[in-house]
Parts: sequence; C-alpha cells; structure tokens
Amino acid sequence: MKKTIVALAVMGLGFTGAHAQEMVVKIGNVAPLTGTIAHLGKDNENGARLAVEEANAKGVTIGGKKVKFELVGEDDQADPRTGTTVAQRLVDAGVKGVVGHLNSGTTIPASRIYDQGGIPMISPSATNPKLTQQGYKGVFRTIANDVQQGSVLGKFMVADLGAKKVAIIDDRTAYGQGLADETEKAAKAGGAQIVAREFTTDKATDFNAILTKIRATAPDVIFFGGMDAQAGPMLRQLKQLGISAKFLTGDGGCSPEMIKLGGEALSSSAYCSMAGLPLDKMPGGADFRERYKKRFNTDVQIYSPYAYDATNAFINAMEKAGSVEAAKYLPELKKISFPGVTGNVAFDDKGDIKEGSVTLYQFKDGNWVAM
Amino acid sequence: METLIQQVVNGLVIGSVYALIALGYTMVYGILGLINFAHGDVLMVGALTALQTMLFLMGVAPGMSPVVMLTIALMVAIPVCMMIGFTMERLAYRRLRNAPRLAPLITAIGMSFLLQTLAMILWGRNYHTFPQLISTTPMQPIEGVFVTPVQIFIVVASALIMIGLTLLVNKTRMGRAMRATAENHRVASLMGVDTNAVIAFTFVIGAALAAVAGVMYASNYGIAHYGMGFMPGLKAFTAAVLGGIGNMGGAMLGGILLGLVESLGAGYIEHLTFGFLNSSYQDIFAFIILGLVLIFKPTGLLGERVSDRA
Repeated sequence: MKKTIVALAVMGLGFTGAHAQEMVVKIGNVAPLTGTIAHLGKDNENGARLAVEEANAKGVTIGGKKVKFELVGEDDQADPRTGTTVAQRLVDAGVKGVVGHLNSGTTIPASRIYDQGGIPMISPSATNPKLTQQGYKGVFRTIANDVQQGSVLGKFMVADLGAKKVAIIDDRTAYGQGLADETEKAAKAGGAQIVAREFTTDKATDFNAILTKIRATAPDVIFFGGMDAQAGPMLRQLKQLGISAKFLTGDGGCSPEMIKLGGEALSSSAYCSMAGLPLDKMPGGADFRERYKKRFNTDVQIYSPYAYDATNAFINAMEKAGSVEAAKYLPELKKISFPGVTGNVAFDDKGDIKEGSVTLYQFKDGNWVAM
Repeated sequence: METLIQQVVNGLVIGSVYALIALGYTMVYGILGLINFAHGDVLMVGALTALQTMLFLMGVAPGMSPVVMLTIALMVAIPVCMMIGFTMERLAYRRLRNAPRLAPLITAIGMSFLLQTLAMILWGRNYHTFPQLISTTPMQPIEGVFVTPVQIFIVVASALIMIGLTLLVNKTRMGRAMRATAENHRVASLMGVDTNAVIAFTFVIGAALAAVAGVMYASNYGIAHYGMGFMPGLKAFTAAVLGGIGNMGGAMLGGILLGLVESLGAGYIEHLTFGFLNSSYQDIFAFIILGLVLIFKPTGLLGERVSDRA
C-alpha cells in the first residue's frame, strides 16, 4: 500500500515537471461517440483533433508562453441529458473553449451550462436557429442554420422539382424537426400543398408504416429531416413499397454513408442539401481531405472541416488576445475573420457564421453531385 | 383498402421477427426467471457475423449463388451465436443462479454492453450495408399491395422455426427435460434431469434463434450496425411480456400482435384520435396496449400462472 502511494507521488511529480515548461490549454470536444451516429461524432472529433495536433506541431505562443493544446473528447450519446452532464464535466475540468456539440438537440441545452460556466462554445454542426437566439454571449457556429437551409430546400422543391404535393417526415430531434418546419414553411409559401406530416425517431429502422400512410396521399416529393442512418433505410423501404416520389433530405443525409446505406435504392430522384460548400469546393477542401485521410486513415464524413475551423477559431482568438481566458479572448472571437477550410470564418452579432452558404446535391453516377 | 392490407403486411413481417426474438427471451425466462437483456445483442452479433462471412465469400467466390451464400452465412452465424449464448450462461449467469434476483439482471445488462462494445471495436462505429441476397424487388400480389421476396421469406421461415421449436419442446426428450426444469429445477434434478445441460441448451437454442432473426432483420433493411440489436431486443421483450413471459405461444402471439399494433397504430393513430396524436406516438401506442393488457391480465395474454420467481 505504502509503495503505491510513493509511486503515485513520484508519478505526480513527474507530471508537474513535464508540464512546467509549457502551458497546457484544454479544449473540449463533444459529439456522440457511441450510438447510431457515432460515425459522424467521431468525424467531428477527428476534425478538432487535427486542428489541435497541427497547432501543437507548429508551436503556438500565447502571451509569451509556449502553449500545448489538449483535446478533451466527451461523448454525449446524442442525448440531451447526457449532453448537459458532459458539458458540466468539461466546465469542471477547466476547458477554455468547447467545440460542439454535434446535434442541435444536445447543443441547445448544453449551451446554457457553458454560458453559466463562462466558457465559449462553437458548434460545427448544430443548425437549429434557436441555438443562437438565446442571447448567450459565447455561443457560435461555423455552419449555416436551418432557416437558411430550409428556405433553400422549400424553394427548390417547388421551383426546380415542380412539387405540388409534398410529404414531410422528421425524426423529432431539434435538428430534424427544425429543418422540416422551415422547409414546410418555404414549400407552403411557394404554393405546394403539404399532404402528410409524419414522424419517426433517430433510432428507428422501420418506416414501412408511415411510408404506407404517405403512399396513400400520392406526394410528388417526400422530404425527410433527419440523419443518414434513417434516411438510407427509409429510401430502401420507399422503393420496396413501390413509391416513386422524389426524395429530398437535408445535410444529415448528405454523406458518403448515405450512399452506402441507400445502396441500389438511390437514384437520380434523390436529392440532398448541405449547409456550406462541398468539400471539393471549400477553399481548403482538397488539402484537408488528404491530411485527414493521412492522419485517421478514413474518409471525411460531413462536419469535420467545420469542427476543424471551429477549433482554429479558438486558437486564433487566443493568439490575438494573448490570453487563454474566455473573458479576454471572447471579444477577439466575436470579431475574428480568417480563411478556414470551409471558407472565411467570421461571426455575426448573434454568433452565426457570416455568409453561410447552402448547396443542393443530386445523386448521380454513384455520388452526390453539387447542382 | 390497399393501405390497410399493406399495413397488415408490414406488421406481419416485423411481427414475425419480434416473435423469433421474443422466443429467446421467454424460453430463458421460463427456465431461469432471468431476463437476458443481452439477447438483442446476440442478434446483432449474428447479423454482423453473417455479414462478415458474406463479404469473405464474395471475395473468394464471387460467382456463388445467393441462396448458397446466405445458407453458408447462416451456418456460420448460428454456431457463433450459440457459442456466445453458451459462454454467457457458463461464465456469467451460472455463477449467479442462486444469487439475489437483481444480480443476474444487472449482469445481463453488463453482458449487453460488453457485446456491443466488442462489436464496436471489431466492426467499427459505421453502419454496414448488408447484402440483400434475397431479392427486395417488390411484387404486387394484390393491386396496390407491395410485398418483397425477402418479406415472404421472413414470414415463412419464422413460421417454420416456430413450428419446429414447438415440436422440440413438446415432443422430444430434451423438450420434456426443459419443461421439467422450468417447472422446478431442483425437483427436476432430483428426478435425474441434468439441469445444467438443459439450461445451457436453452441458451444455445435462444441464441440460434437470435442469429436467424438478426440475419432476417438485416436482410430486410439492408443495414447492420453494432447497436442494431437494442431496439428489436426491447420490442421483443415487450412482445414476450405482452404474450405472457415464460410462455412460448405467448411470445409468438405477442410478437405478431406487437408488429400489427405498431404498424396499424402508426398508420391510423391520427384518424383514431382525430388528429390529436400523430405517428410520433407510434411507440407509445404499442406500450399503451401493453399497459392495458397488464392491468387486466397481469400475466400477459397467454400467461397461466405467476411463477413464484416472477
């Protein structure tokens, strides 16, 4: 027993010794690392990790001190309650900024915890408009929100797809519901009739029941607000039920994973939208893809470039302010403007990304092709 | 009308899968009074093992006929799941057989996490496309009602397996031993029944059923994932309770019934409640039925007596 204590004490000394030369700055990252969209969560974490590792390799000096960034990854399981728990854990751990969360449903409740803890947060992927409407000072996002995306989607289905009757499904998450509502508004404004509004969950695989119900209303376009894990099987079931309506979904279904999961059911009548630009059209996209692949030996899913830019926004703001303390660097973060992988990173008064763009894609020759 | 028939078809297909999984729950419960929460995850291992086998076969013998490939995949997945079932019982549950009831229950939840995490390490976090070896091109036996060959396969195979299992339990020597052990395992062992072997056998059969159900489930939806066992596991558990846990006929009835209730519920809940509830209450609808059945018939639809262990 005594020996253990001595050993621990020695180890403790060892740690403080190593850390004395450089200041360690913890940056939190929260995303679902387990559960149905763990692949997207890991992608976000990888994006943030790449930014941190590159900054460390380059060597960053803040306020005259050499700084080593450390990424503290937490798993919120895409669950709002777990999201607030891990948010509190990050606050207690003394992180200086948080990249996350992935889902709107977890980001919105967690943002309150960060606000109380005085820690700024930048979500790389939460697109629900509510997030930045709460009046918190330290809440930002590097991705366009759903008001922008939904209005583009709604207009697109009426004007370009010629939809008169539209069926809308959402997965009852803050993201899916928010996007579906905005799309519905825009489609109605364009003159389309909403013939069905159905609901599922973010854990479901069987949609036969609601699709059968939708089939009876003979829509021209079916819109789904949700993630690829549901959109893929949903598309297969559409085909199995003999439904020939066009299928449209938001950024959650605009992934390489969706192409795998949709399989043969994907055709040129499948469309999706993506907040921001395609990886190829991002200013630093091609280069990012290579560096990412080299480091993690896997492909970019969706949001990792946004997580990468979010992390760099923190690092840049800290460098500019010459401090890692939120009170000091927050003013710099508010007026930051630098060329990121996804485009120019700059925030408006509310914390939304400026000039957030939305791109539409059609499935063609085995891939999502920007229209 | 075709919408109604289609909903019944949808319900029958998913209900057959629930029934198969529910059988595994109910057999183990009938004999041990244990709810094996890892059962859904055995299903997942079955599906992913079959997937791995198929990918391997596609690599070495690309021209192989789909039916042969599926059969081989099943022949690999079933023994792997049987081994998992056996190992779980032998290493974890057997040691806790005389422990307070909570201990094996918590252990079962632990087993579930263990299997999921192992699968996550082995197969990764991503969803996998499951080769749909049985055609999913829809046919229209009735105008406006679409049925795919894989759905027909699921319903027919489930029915055959359930008949086989009923025969096994009611007509064979092992079946008699199982029933005796379920009745009272101490007395059964005094009568010369090797209860340890019987219990292990039950786990192994349950796991085999889960493997088949997993392959069916994955074939139908075309996807597999380390977390895929959770939802069907939960639903099948509900089905088992609905039918009367511990009762095999009840599990089958409960499974089919739950499938139908879910499907028809999602399809008609809005009309039934005049727009007050919508399809986001699909699951609640199923659980309301469960609640009602349990209030008026606490032992489930076909449950005969509350065993002293329940």
